[in-house]
Amino acid sequence: MALIDTINPLLTTGWAKGDAGWSLKDYEARGGYKQLRRVLESKMSQDDLIAEVKKSVLRGRGGAGFPTGLKWSFMPKAAPVKYVVCNTDEGEPGTFKDRDLMRFDPHSVIEGMIIAGYAVGAKAGYNYIHGEIFETYQRFEEALDQARAAGYLGDNILGSGFSFDLFAHHGWGAYICGEETGLLESIEGKKGQPRFKPPFPANFGLYGKPTTINNTETFAAIPFILGMGGEAYLNLGKPNNGGTKLFSVSGHVNRPGNFEVPMGTPFAKLLEMAGGMRGGRKLKAVIPGGSSAPVLPGDVIMDCTMDYDSIAKAGSMLGSGAVIVMDETVCMVKALERLSYFYYEESCGQCTPCREGSGWLYRVVHRIEHGEGRPEDLDLLNRVTDNMMGKTICALADAAAFPVRSFIKHFQGEFEYHIENKKCLVDPEVQRMGSGFFKAGNV
Amino acid sequence: MVEIEIDGKTLQVEDGSTVIEAAHKLGTYIPHFCYHKKLSIAANCRMCLVQVEKAPKPMPACATTVTNGMKVFTHSDLAVKAQKAVMEFLLINHPLDCPICDQGGECQLQDLAVGYGESASKYEEEKRVVPDKDLGPLVATDMTRCINCTRCVRFTAEIAGFQELGQSYRGERAEVMPFIGKTVDTELSGNIIDLCPVGALTSKPFRFSARTWELSRRKSVSPHDGLGSNLIVQTKHDKVLRVLPLENEDINECWLSDKERFSYQGLGSADRLTKPMVKQGGEWKEVDWNVALDYAAHALRDVATTHGGAAIGGLLSPHSTVEELYLAQKLLRGLGSDSVDFRLRQSDFSADGKRAGIPSLGMKIADISGLDRVLVVGSFLRKDHPLIAQRLRQSAKKGAQVCILHSANDELLINLTARAVAAPSQLPALLAQVVKAVCALKGASADAALSALTVSAEAQAIAQSLASGSNTAVLLGNFAQQHPQAATLQALAGQLAKALGGKFGFLGEAANSVGGYVAKAVPSGSGLNAAAMLKDSRQAYVVLGAEPELDCADGALALAALKKSAVTVVLTPFKSPAMLDYAAVLLPVAPFSETSGSFVNTEGRVQSFYAAAKPLGEARPGWKVLRVLGNLLAINGFEFNSSEDVRSEALGAQAEFVSGLDNGLEGVRLDLSAAGGAVERVADVPIHFADALVRRAPALQKAADSAVPTARMNSAMLKKFGLDAGQLAKVGAGGTAKANLVAQLDAGLPDGVVRISAAHATTLALGPMSAVLSVEKA
Repeated sequence: MALIDTINPLLTTGWAKGDAGWSLKDYEARGGYKQLRRVLESKMSQDDLIAEVKKSVLRGRGGAGFPTGLKWSFMPKAAPVKYVVCNTDEGEPGTFKDRDLMRFDPHSVIEGMIIAGYAVGAKAGYNYIHGEIFETYQRFEEALDQARAAGYLGDNILGSGFSFDLFAHHGWGAYICGEETGLLESIEGKKGQPRFKPPFPANFGLYGKPTTINNTETFAAIPFILGMGGEAYLNLGKPNNGGTKLFSVSGHVNRPGNFEVPMGTPFAKLLEMAGGMRGGRKLKAVIPGGSSAPVLPGDVIMDCTMDYDSIAKAGSMLGSGAVIVMDETVCMVKALERLSYFYYEESCGQCTPCREGSGWLYRVVHRIEHGEGRPEDLDLLNRVTDNMMGKTICALADAAAFPVRSFIKHFQGEFEYHIENKKCLVDPEVQRMGSGFFKAGNV
Repeated sequence: MVEIEIDGKTLQVEDGSTVIEAAHKLGTYIPHFCYHKKLSIAANCRMCLVQVEKAPKPMPACATTVTNGMKVFTHSDLAVKAQKAVMEFLLINHPLDCPICDQGGECQLQDLAVGYGESASKYEEEKRVVPDKDLGPLVATDMTRCINCTRCVRFTAEIAGFQELGQSYRGERAEVMPFIGKTVDTELSGNIIDLCPVGALTSKPFRFSARTWELSRRKSVSPHDGLGSNLIVQTKHDKVLRVLPLENEDINECWLSDKERFSYQGLGSADRLTKPMVKQGGEWKEVDWNVALDYAAHALRDVATTHGGAAIGGLLSPHSTVEELYLAQKLLRGLGSDSVDFRLRQSDFSADGKRAGIPSLGMKIADISGLDRVLVVGSFLRKDHPLIAQRLRQSAKKGAQVCILHSANDELLINLTARAVAAPSQLPALLAQVVKAVCALKGASADAALSALTVSAEAQAIAQSLASGSNTAVLLGNFAQQHPQAATLQALAGQLAKALGGKFGFLGEAANSVGGYVAKAVPSGSGLNAAAMLKDSRQAYVVLGAEPELDCADGALALAALKKSAVTVVLTPFKSPAMLDYAAVLLPVAPFSETSGSFVNTEGRVQSFYAAAKPLGEARPGWKVLRVLGNLLAINGFEFNSSEDVRSEALGAQAEFVSGLDNGLEGVRLDLSAAGGAVERVADVPIHFADALVRRAPALQKAADSAVPTARMNSAMLKKFGLDAGQLAKVGAGGTAKANLVAQLDAGLPDGVVRISAAHATTLALGPMSAVLSVEKA
């Protein structure tokens, strides 16, 4: 099933009620490529187009939440060669929205990218697709062929004189290639390692040329924004948090999956849409924005609405909208051990603090989980994270540090119990019960 | 210019400078590992984090560009806390094996750990172990010590021109390694040892032989190519154990070629001659100095008396010091001979007597970096002049256009704008085409001799590149200087430079390629040049520092002439079986490290140096030996008390550069004839066979550049001779088969050419470097 539930579907119009077909004719049947046609036929000015996107207050859906219109406006006008790049290297644990977007509605991404290319004056684009979703990559290639055959891509699109071509590029699964400059390096055929910024991609991007790089969901939103107008899109959400957002809800809920809801929807509502807690158990904690976001205790998140500002105020990040729900059967030490292993494994190894620190964090958490913790370990972990944060080229060191700090901050007692008693506070039997294989019901 | 403040001190720096550059200007040290002024910015070690006002996070000084009014704090709490944090991370997986690490005592990590590290580690987990890599015979690895700064990686990619190292794997498992099954083969590989801030990359030949603080250090000058790289020679108990670059931005920058860095191993070779020897009744005897000198003096005097002074010839190595060359020629002239020469590999001497002055680079070495158009003529540039190639590589990256005209198509790792390749005999005509095309483009009148030429597309492309520049130069390489029509090439280069309003000059082959002229070590009057005195063999020879069979243009001829002579007096640091065969007296003279002396490099810069060690055994500085010989022969003007005295007489008043340099040529008739049809030999002098010292350096002899010479040719030539690559070819010169060599495909070579290296025992029998060859399947 494509989408579990939605309030006010927008991006998911085509597949909210089941797979309505991903191909060009299906997309066109539901109004696809109309906005591209309108932009080209009306010879809309680049400035007007960017202004419309700015009005929508569309914020980057990849995790950082940077205003999209503003990002586009950074592109130097005079540069002869520019690129548009789509980041579908969806590797953040807990996130699986772009996968479905690409699977069920690839043409919305293509249309969004062509319009973006028009807006920033690029003649070529790349979509970097996560290596583990190879079928999706293959489908996207097919969609590109369809779009090319229909004259939406290539030279002189729809007779407008505007030319743009788009290429798919699949990665091999490195998390760091989802960092935008690591992604650019990877497209260039180099090892995926983030670049020092500045210069930012808008000045020195792919092959050293000005480049706009956005998330899949961001591009997919563009046709809909143009369709309804920036202001109407903004009004779907709340001020400074425009539009709707796809949330990937996973963990101890009855109906895990993707949900499209307006920005500002209460977490409680989202949880309810996801069928509530499994087995009616108590909500213990939620990671609201992918594994890099600080964890929030259940009672804190229950008071939040799902938008950038509310989650930030609660001390975490909306990130990519990956909501990981944990119930009372979870041992927070074990959960953190798994997360820390991920960052230890995925650090690119470029910057000293991350290369050395991510392994240090994992080893200490691993020790605590395995009954070899020491009383001074929690201070040590806090100190190591403190030494990692804000000292590296990209944000991976911070991403490795946030879970450690937030888990210890909110669940310190559980960590102390573990160190003192050399075992979990949550009985292993209870843990086993919670982690049993769960089959999602047919919705 | 922008004004910034660092730790309360204000200064003006250029727009686009980085904070670390600004701090260095102020003399403020910011700790760093990955930053290196000659390499691109990586910003990965994070050691140089500093506080910048208004920035929420500490910023890397190496990658942060200055802005007007920026306030930087390098020692604030925030900065120091960040620096200490990074140091802790660097040390957690670093082995504490300083006591057995060659880098100990000269280790950046060790030094900075004193300032920024804690006395005990908080890290109690298992440490990382990284497998070592085989990088070849010169660089040893202890990869567990690596801090992943990637300086070595960036060096191979950016300075050496081909990325031979990379960082594989991710995160904590990241490892610097070469390509699978490959080693680091660049002729500049040793520099990664200097660049490595820890003991991950150390010198294989030097390994475990001394601690850095036990070594005495002396400034010196490289005795190899014409660049005159500045060296720090390090010794222990009067043995040279290591050579490092002495930074000189005008010459070698902070680099050394592997030849310059590792040739010192030859100083301790078993071939070293440590006692004077004379041959009596066919038997070699070690004798005292006075006996040997008496013997030599009498033998030379006898020849001079019986046959006249002109019967003596002097073959002097261009790697000898100015003092030695000067005294040697003075000695020969005192004996009545004008036949003295140091240009041993030259074959065309028709420019002699027509030169306006001493041939040299014609500009400063540092000026090369400022050229916007360069034509290199006849040069195995990367191997003959590794650091000049490096300069041109950097220039090309910054937009300069570099072209080459040559008889081989070796990969220069320079982004070339155009290249033209032709058989040696065609080279003058090809260069003449470039001259003609440039004259046409510039509206200048070309030499009448060029009127019949048709300009080829390659020559036109080169001409167009050159004509579009404003600061051009034509550089004649070793191959052009050794060419049988060298004078024509020089004359054409002169015409080309004139038409372009640019410069032209020679890339000096040896340490004293200019100094030899200054020291008058060239024939005058009726004296014979190096080729003539071998062709028309002499009764006696004085050989200084050379192994003529390997160092002359025609080794076979040299060997025959020396064998035929009645007396050959050899002043040499090394003995060889060939020498024992042809010589009558062997006088052990000190190599460059054991004598004071001077080299005049290719730009005409005088560089004097002192001995770094005492002479081995009874070897003595060459200038002293020659002085005593002069005294024994009762030649006037040999009353020198120091090498400085000799230098003053040879070079006149002490100046940084010698005077009298001029590449002008008067009255050379252009020889554009091309011998067609025959199989021409293209002979390079491989980098590690070029002189007596490097030939004896064991580690270098194991390097990729020291492969045994082969017969290289293109596929058409292989087909012509019915050969497959890898098969043995019987190569002859002058009618009879002389050498069996493995045939090798070299697709870049022109038709009609077989490339066979010179300066090697296996190819000695083939005679002249420019021989006409016969090839058949063996």
